[in-house]
Amino acid sequence: MKVILRNPRREIEIDGRRRVHALLVELGLPRESHLVIRNGTLVPGDEELDKDDVIEIRPVISGGF
Amino acid sequence: MKCRTCRGPAIIELPRHNANFCAEHFLQMCRRQVEKAIHDHDMLQKTDRVLVAVSGGKDSLAVWDMLVELGYQADGLYIALGIGEYSEESREYTERFASERNLKLTVVSLRDDYGYDIPTATKVTGRVPCSACGMSKRHLFDKAAVDGGYDVVVTGHNLDDEAAVLFGNALRWDIEYLARQLPVLPSRHGFPKKVKPLIRLTEREMAAWCVIRGIDYIVEECPMAEGNRHIGYKEALNLLEEKSPGTKSSYYLGFLDRMVPVLATIAATGADSVTPCIRCGAPTGGEEGSVCAFCRLVERSAAHEPVSVELVRKKSRSQKRVQAEASKK
Ligand code: SF4
Ligand SMILES: [Zn+2]
Ligand SMILES: [Zn+2]
Repeated sequence: MKVILRNPRREIEIDGRRRVHALLVELGLPRESHLVIRNGTLVPGDEELDKDDVIEIRPVISGGF
Repeated sequence: MKCRTCRGPAIIELPRHNANFCAEHFLQMCRRQVEKAIHDHDMLQKTDRVLVAVSGGKDSLAVWDMLVELGYQADGLYIALGIGEYSEESREYTERFASERNLKLTVVSLRDDYGYDIPTATKVTGRVPCSACGMSKRHLFDKAAVDGGYDVVVTGHNLDDEAAVLFGNALRWDIEYLARQLPVLPSRHGFPKKVKPLIRLTEREMAAWCVIRGIDYIVEECPMAEGNRHIGYKEALNLLEEKSPGTKSSYYLGFLDRMVPVLATIAATGADSVTPCIRCGAPTGGEEGSVCAFCRLVERSAAHEPVSVELVRKKSRSQKRVQAEASKK
């Protein structure tokens, strides 16, 4: 599957299927600071991602005040 | 995974509520949290004229969206900070949001209206960018609220922002800052009332609100936020949250419930006197006949030749991250 990361924007390829939770753990990205989005929709943690999926993993922490 | 409310398929899990929600009931949960914050802290009246401080990020656009939905009369104010592409893009998101919904948006440009920008002010002051930036924004939001006859200024500070600030203040045991870290600042001495309706919602929830509502916002971090201590505090709190969901809200909301009353006497002793700035008339803490910090900043920064973002910015965490990734390959 194609995974789009942000900040800055870049893409990585992941082979095979994965559950959302497992993918985040694999990439070392905490659930509390990320959302997983597919076709403009949120994908919950227990959902299985297909090898043809294109997903965005969006960080939600912002700095400043 | 099923929605707690309707048992339909869920799209988000919220461990801190020990619950999952579908889109519709997630939005309902968010609205209720905002209404509860507004009600519990007496933030807004339905007849108030509200000015929302918008940055083009998820929190400020989400709070504007929610307030309009809840029936408040809320206009927006955007300040063009002149932080390169980041500022240009965030302005586009803000203007698009407002025009698509027919909302009133005022734009103030530091460069066009005051002759400086944040990178230049950072160079001139030699302090962290957020210092000149925060001071400029506070001053201009106050001014716009007073000039425009607004009853209250709304900011998009969320639970993570407040918990991180609280963590920093408690690490330093800065009692005065702790005593003043309130979700409502009443209007006094010519300063407008300021409120934070998102204190019961996390950053992740605000980003989710935007995705579900189809709100495009600037995802990229401000390039000058680097080295900002608050981000480190947020990451530390999120580690605790992951192990023990609900930590952030019990930390911050427990502070409001149980610690703020203890600190109230200290907050009251800080009743300082203010005089109007002799340049702009804004209330200032100095002696009779003094010039406010904002006017001094404008004077020094406008006299300096413009400085680009790249010149004042430290190597960013995101650049480092990409370099680290590249070197692993
Ligand atoms: S991160 Fe700092 S410099 Fe950037 S917009 Fe926020 S306050 Fe300003
Ligand atoms: Zn539901
Ligand atoms: Zn002044």
